[in-house]
Amino acid sequence: MAEKLGIYVCHCGSNIAGMVDVEEVARWAGKQIADVAVARDYKFMCSSLGQQMIEEDIRKLGLTRVVVAACSPHLHEKTFRRACANAKLNPYLCQLTNIREHCSWVSTDREAATAKAKALVYAAAERVKWQQPLEPMPVKVNPRTLVVGGGIAGLQATLELADAGYEVYLVERSPSIGGHMAQFDKTFPTLDCSACILTPKMSEVGQHERVRMLTYSELEEVSGSVGHFRVKIRKKARYVDENLCTGCGICVEKCPRKVIDHEFEAGLGYRKAIYTPFPQAVPRIPVIDTQACIYFERGKCRACEKVCPTNAIAFDQKDETIEIDVGNIILATGWKMFDCRRLPQYGYGRLPNVYTNLEFERLCNAAGPTGGKIVLRDRKTEPRSVAIIHCVGSRDVKTNEYCSAVCCMAALKFGHLVLEKTKAKVYSFYIDMRTNQKGYEEFYQRLLEEGMIFVRGKVAEVTDAARLPSEHGQLIVQVEDTLLGKQRRIPVDMVILMGAMEPQADAKELGLKCGISCSMAGWYTERHPKLDPVATMTDGVFVAGVCQGPKDIPASVAQGAAAAARVQALITKGTVMIEPVVASINEEACSGCRICNNLCPFNAIEYDEDKGVSRVITAMCKGCGTCVAACPAGVISGAHFSNQQILAEIQGALWDANPNGNGLGGDGHASSAGDTQPSLVAG
Amino acid sequence: MTTTATQETTKTKGKLALYWAASCGGCEIAVLAINEKILDVAAAFDIVFWPVAVDAKVRDVEKMPDKSIDVCLFNGGIRTSEQEYMAQLLRKKSKVLVAFGSCAHEGCIPGLANLSSREEVFEAAYAQGDSTENPDGVRPQHETPMPEGPLYLPVFYDTLKTLDQTVPVDYYLPGCPPEAENIWAAITAILEGKLPPAGSVIGPNTTVCDECPRKRTEKKIKKFLRTYQVKPDEKTCLLELGLVCCGIATRAGCGALCPKVNSPCIGCHGPNDGVHDYGARLMSALASVIDSQDPEEIDQIIREGIPDPVGTFYRFSLAGSQLRRRKKQVAGNGVKRG
Amino acid sequence: MSDKNAFEPKIIGFMCNWCSYRAADLAGTARLKYPPNIRIIRVMCSGRIDPTFVLNAFARGADAVMVAGCHPGECHYVDQNYKAMRRYAMLKHTLTQMGLEPERFRLVWASAAEGQQLAEAITQLVEAVRPLGPLHWSGNWEENGHRHEALESILKEHEAAMEVTE
Repeated sequence: MAEKLGIYVCHCGSNIAGMVDVEEVARWAGKQIADVAVARDYKFMCSSLGQQMIEEDIRKLGLTRVVVAACSPHLHEKTFRRACANAKLNPYLCQLTNIREHCSWVSTDREAATAKAKALVYAAAERVKWQQPLEPMPVKVNPRTLVVGGGIAGLQATLELADAGYEVYLVERSPSIGGHMAQFDKTFPTLDCSACILTPKMSEVGQHERVRMLTYSELEEVSGSVGHFRVKIRKKARYVDENLCTGCGICVEKCPRKVIDHEFEAGLGYRKAIYTPFPQAVPRIPVIDTQACIYFERGKCRACEKVCPTNAIAFDQKDETIEIDVGNIILATGWKMFDCRRLPQYGYGRLPNVYTNLEFERLCNAAGPTGGKIVLRDRKTEPRSVAIIHCVGSRDVKTNEYCSAVCCMAALKFGHLVLEKTKAKVYSFYIDMRTNQKGYEEFYQRLLEEGMIFVRGKVAEVTDAARLPSEHGQLIVQVEDTLLGKQRRIPVDMVILMGAMEPQADAKELGLKCGISCSMAGWYTERHPKLDPVATMTDGVFVAGVCQGPKDIPASVAQGAAAAARVQALITKGTVMIEPVVASINEEACSGCRICNNLCPFNAIEYDEDKGVSRVITAMCKGCGTCVAACPAGVISGAHFSNQQILAEIQGALWDANPNGNGLGGDGHASSAGDTQPSLVAG
Repeated sequence: MTTTATQETTKTKGKLALYWAASCGGCEIAVLAINEKILDVAAAFDIVFWPVAVDAKVRDVEKMPDKSIDVCLFNGGIRTSEQEYMAQLLRKKSKVLVAFGSCAHEGCIPGLANLSSREEVFEAAYAQGDSTENPDGVRPQHETPMPEGPLYLPVFYDTLKTLDQTVPVDYYLPGCPPEAENIWAAITAILEGKLPPAGSVIGPNTTVCDECPRKRTEKKIKKFLRTYQVKPDEKTCLLELGLVCCGIATRAGCGALCPKVNSPCIGCHGPNDGVHDYGARLMSALASVIDSQDPEEIDQIIREGIPDPVGTFYRFSLAGSQLRRRKKQVAGNGVKRG
Repeated sequence: MSDKNAFEPKIIGFMCNWCSYRAADLAGTARLKYPPNIRIIRVMCSGRIDPTFVLNAFARGADAVMVAGCHPGECHYVDQNYKAMRRYAMLKHTLTQMGLEPERFRLVWASAAEGQQLAEAITQLVEAVRPLGPLHWSGNWEENGHRHEALESILKEHEAAMEVTE
């Protein structure tokens, strides 16, 4: 191969140069590695000057391959590929090797790190010689979008897209859109009423001509890829015909069965067996809870059916599977409440006057079970003192290590509401007070002025075991006040636990369906934590709201809008370029053994019965290379990760492994002649 | 005078050599399996060296000018110093050197002895064998002093090598032994000068499945079975019955001889073009279709179903594989480098 | 390394693009330290890791090989890492018969967030292989039982034999 290689070793300021002798690596590469036309080091390769240097070398020296030894390809592969493309070198003929994250930053010995960097450069250089020019494939983008989750983030994304003129399918698991925000009373720090700002958005979505809402529905299956996903959605049986129901509510009124509402009312209120979750629900079409319904239990009743003026009750309704085609998917699946029973020391579930934050939201909501009156479980006594405990299930290695981000502010909001509505004293037991958004710190100051009492310390226990007569009949909060440096016992009437936000129980499962992964904590992994917070590893799948990590309403709305903007960009462009890193089968050599046939989770391999060969459907291939490695005949090849490329990389990486000659031929084929030959046959 | 005569014959007739190194000799017989066509071979070639059939001496070959033999069909792997010497000699004297049959190509069954050391091989052959009677524990020695001067035996190597690990090879004719049709096809190609690019394996670049009449479907394997555990029908893919049929990874050209008689392919033709390690192909393919996601169950399926993995995956190709042999206890290990 | 002549194993790590390679990136970003013995080769998925590569690395002089992928059930390509798991088991079974010490071939699952775990696994591998000494696989046949001397002696014999006839 008469390739002309350019090798570029980056200092990355002192990030690499501090641990690796980059000048030596470049000098050595120029001498040691075959076919190297130029080897340089530079302060910052990714800077425009660094890129220009590469581009100029390609033009002037006629380089045919480029190796950049710098940082992770996840950071700058695109940068250097673009530089190559600018100089008319196919971007796939550029190889970035990672001597920063994988070498300088993890090493402590300069000499060893330099040796490792050399091996990595050698590996990249050997590999790049086998790389082939590749062209991305254009795929048309279906302008329809699927939004999963009808909370505030999903609603925002839906509206942004629909208002921009694109059709949106909005899938929501529960009977109504609205999400957690619909349960809240006031929102911090402005204290505007949650319902007042949310319901207009809900009805806008409900009435939007370009939005098709699929409530009480779940995502079953996703196939295809960016631009052309096919999605199966299971529409659960509501037992109410959506086309006939007018949402008059008579059925709900007449339903004889009343059950505790553990969902919307957080267990504090009741609902009927046929119900809409809340009065402003969108759509207003009720759902029959088959667990509660007398007819489903005993086979008779059908009161709702009798009273329905439009004959919309349909007891024979079945779950239905709907298939839709979309170009992009936005996941805004939200969160679930931490189960405060997991921390028995706080007494939730055992001590009646210990509440969760979600319960308290309902308690002080004017539309809630007590009409907004803050009372104890007896429904009449107003508390004289309230303790709010922060970080329940957050910032704790035993439960969740992360900070749930919103609880400090929500606690301040609760404090304000208690002070406003009652004469009670309010204590906040916090670890650190986190009020770092616009207007948040001011709100904290306001609560300090309003007289909320702040105790810095992690509460050890909430108990009803009184030690003093004065504590009798009260809940005692046992805490070390870390500012005073002493233990305190504070008797209160009511305790509110600021439970953590947790990922949905099935977040991982849903992520798998869409081809995205979760962090260890269970939040969806974004493509880049800083620079690409709404895109994911799978093109065409975006995340918004809390499903990506705990955040408040403004941040969720911003993410919803951001995800919509990303989708719009793709739709407007009309086509996306798909990575050409795909597998292909040499049909001439394929014998149709069918080993590969069920190895592809994306169904990208089909078997041609007539020809007796297997074939890769390029548009569906995601390029994992599993079939390439599995093919017993070796007739499947993987673009950009070919056997030759990887074997060459191994060879380069082990260039110094056997100084006495490793007994293998240059082509990586062990059986080719190449053993040291004593030429003993007389000439 | 005689020189001129010889030159004239070379113009019309080619020179052919055949040699037998570490192999069973089946390849020598396979040459005869082309039946009456052997007469065509005799018409086209002068057989200048074929120890098993023609009386010629090594020293005659040594005296031949370099590259004076047109074609040398070399069967057998390289196990002794004598075989290595002959390989080097015939390489030097031949224009075209063909690794003839599985032993020369990939090491074949003799190459499986690479799972043992020389001492272990000697122990098996000269002490442990059922028919062995060797009370004095005599072992072959390289040099034996005699009154007339020392006598030498070839040195028996630790590791059997394939022909191309010893000398550069032009073509490979796979099979244990190569099928008559393929031998004839190769000879015809040589005669007509229609040889494929140097380094080629002569044979179709597809696998045995291509020639196998059995019906194949998608594969999921819960259990690997031995031949005695299965009663195969004539239609179902043997691999789908749980038998480790190597046909999926093995170069075609035999007409699926074994699967046609209900016996799984054992892989004597070696891999397709471009494959670096035959056993790795089989391991990867078979592992991929194991129907389990539980590490312990996977382990059990493999351990119980494939008790002799090297013998299964590298029956014919161990010596020619990337690792070539079992790791030795002493040499090569613990040796300080540099 | 205080003793420059001490044996330092050379290790090839095959890592998937999405989890383990990123875990290695994270280990770097977090400035975690691990021995410089591993040289990481990136593939898109652990399912791409062909046993050929592992055998090739050993044949070319690697003292150990690490195969790393996303945790089972967390594969970016749904379940392809299970294929890696099965191939690893198969290869391990074969390599045992080939006499390779089990410490030299290791499978590791590391998510993109597990830089720490990956760094620890690399450290452990290096520490487990160091006492085993160099593998130097091709040394298994390089010397091949006094081959050079044997060949020379054949030459001598033949020369002697020639002299007799001539």
